[in-house]
Amino acid sequence: MMEALSTFWVIHSNLILSLGTNALLALSIWLTLSCGMLAMANAAFMGIGAYTSAILTMQFGWPFPAVILAGMLAPMLAALIIGLPTLRLSGVYLAMATLAFGEVVRIVIINTELLTGGIGGIAGIPTSTEWWHMLLAVVCALFVLWRMRRSKVGRAFEAIREDETAAGLMGINVGANKMLAFILGAALAGLAGTLNAHLTFMIDPKEFGFDRGVEILTMAIFGGIGSLVGPVLGSAIFTLLPTVLSPLADFRLMVNGVVLVLIVLFLPNGIWDPARFKQWFGRKQGART
Amino acid sequence: MLDQQLVNALSLGCVYALFALGFTLIFGVLGVINLAHGAVFMTGAYAAMTVMARFELPLWAGLLFAFAFCGLLGLLIDFLVLRPLRARNAPHLIPMIATIGVAIVLNSAAQGLFGAENQRFPEGAISNDTLQWAGVRITVLELGIILFSFVLMAVLMLALKRTQLGRALRAMAESPKAAYLLGINVEGLFYLTSFAAAALGGVAGVLIGLYSNAMSPLMGQPMLHKGIAVVILGGMGDIRGAMFGGLFLGFAEVLSINYLGSTMRDAVTFGLLFLVLLVRPKGLFGTLQERKV
Repeated sequence: MMEALSTFWVIHSNLILSLGTNALLALSIWLTLSCGMLAMANAAFMGIGAYTSAILTMQFGWPFPAVILAGMLAPMLAALIIGLPTLRLSGVYLAMATLAFGEVVRIVIINTELLTGGIGGIAGIPTSTEWWHMLLAVVCALFVLWRMRRSKVGRAFEAIREDETAAGLMGINVGANKMLAFILGAALAGLAGTLNAHLTFMIDPKEFGFDRGVEILTMAIFGGIGSLVGPVLGSAIFTLLPTVLSPLADFRLMVNGVVLVLIVLFLPNGIWDPARFKQWFGRKQGART
Repeated sequence: MLDQQLVNALSLGCVYALFALGFTLIFGVLGVINLAHGAVFMTGAYAAMTVMARFELPLWAGLLFAFAFCGLLGLLIDFLVLRPLRARNAPHLIPMIATIGVAIVLNSAAQGLFGAENQRFPEGAISNDTLQWAGVRITVLELGIILFSFVLMAVLMLALKRTQLGRALRAMAESPKAAYLLGINVEGLFYLTSFAAAALGGVAGVLIGLYSNAMSPLMGQPMLHKGIAVVILGGMGDIRGAMFGGLFLGFAEVLSINYLGSTMRDAVTFGLLFLVLLVRPKGLFGTLQERKV
């Protein structure tokens, strides 16, 4: 039994730990979405975190805790700098500006070959991330976000999401709160990048491009952004789906796409939708609409 | 030498514009960021190549086939995916995610059917003749792309400005509900737009497949990123903007390769995009629709 478990772990540990990475990423975009911003720079922040940490570990020999801290601080700083001009954009325009920032980051990484290894990336990063680091990170992130939702800041985010103008008139500092959400999201994405870089042995710029950015958003929306459970659940399903479908070989990705479309069509608020659960399992007196 | 670069920039810019026209049409009328447009574009290229190789048809037949095939595909996507979301009044993020799913399906279907490796159009699909004029060389294909994209832009703009159909479409872009109350067949026009945008995307796929002389199941993805950049540069949903955005990008890229080296090409593209968004978020031509309470 133990043996079976340990072989299972050897084969699947990377997959299981990438559940943690993806959960952190989905939570990082949830944070900005909860403040009404469609910012899609999370893949870039993840990349900044991953590269900062990998370089500090390999070239400067920093200890792992310090590396994690730096891997979160660097993207926060980047978020502060690009947030100042971009956060006044709204809707689709913010999404596009942040996507463009992501591409710029990717290209800068490719072009600073001395430091980042260019297009080939960095290989041989020590695998310092243990399973409990990942678990602890996800649990801490969830705890902080859960406390935050019920705090003054969380309510301010919600007010801004519902109506920016009204929130401003109520005396909420819209700009500062948006910036806070953006920076905290960047920190989470950087954490995910750092832990993931010290897990997968190597990183390369392709991982942090447009497709990753879209994937992160998809995971969050897929799970549902009404609560904290949604992004975590969405990222888990999204991570496991290709493996679960692997018997289908070539048509695996195709089924993956179909599942995505079907969920969007039939579960409009994502998979985790408390309102729908109430409708399904709650008392029957509220007639279905 | 510089003349030649400018001609190259012109044809590259028209390639981008050709792609962006369909993309911007969907955004303008349906309000959907159609991330499946790259996959439709790829489908067009493969569809044309398949019929041309199998039935030894000439290029015009391949183009016609790609037009019809992709148009129907666009119709199907609209009917199966976008229409139900419209009916539900889903926020604009949701259709965008649905189109990601559609793109995954199309891309992996192509990968399954044709394999992941690069493919080419059959030999002699297009003449390799070059025209020479005042020391500048231009291939027949490049000339074709340039003419086609300008004509297309003119036709689309005239149609939108001057015809009854165009007026109806513009009314819908303002407010589908009001347009419906005015007796416009809103659903029908949504279908028509989806058909036209996808069909144009398919034709663009064939021309660009010929232009780069290589097709792969993922050829639409980099084009999609460029297309988004073009549409933002020009202004989202604006036909003229798509054309000028494309040309602008084409010139910026060719000149930056010339003066800064090829690795900086994409940095220039997206750096410019970033700048335009900061200085003029509505794009160079667009009108930002912001509704204040």
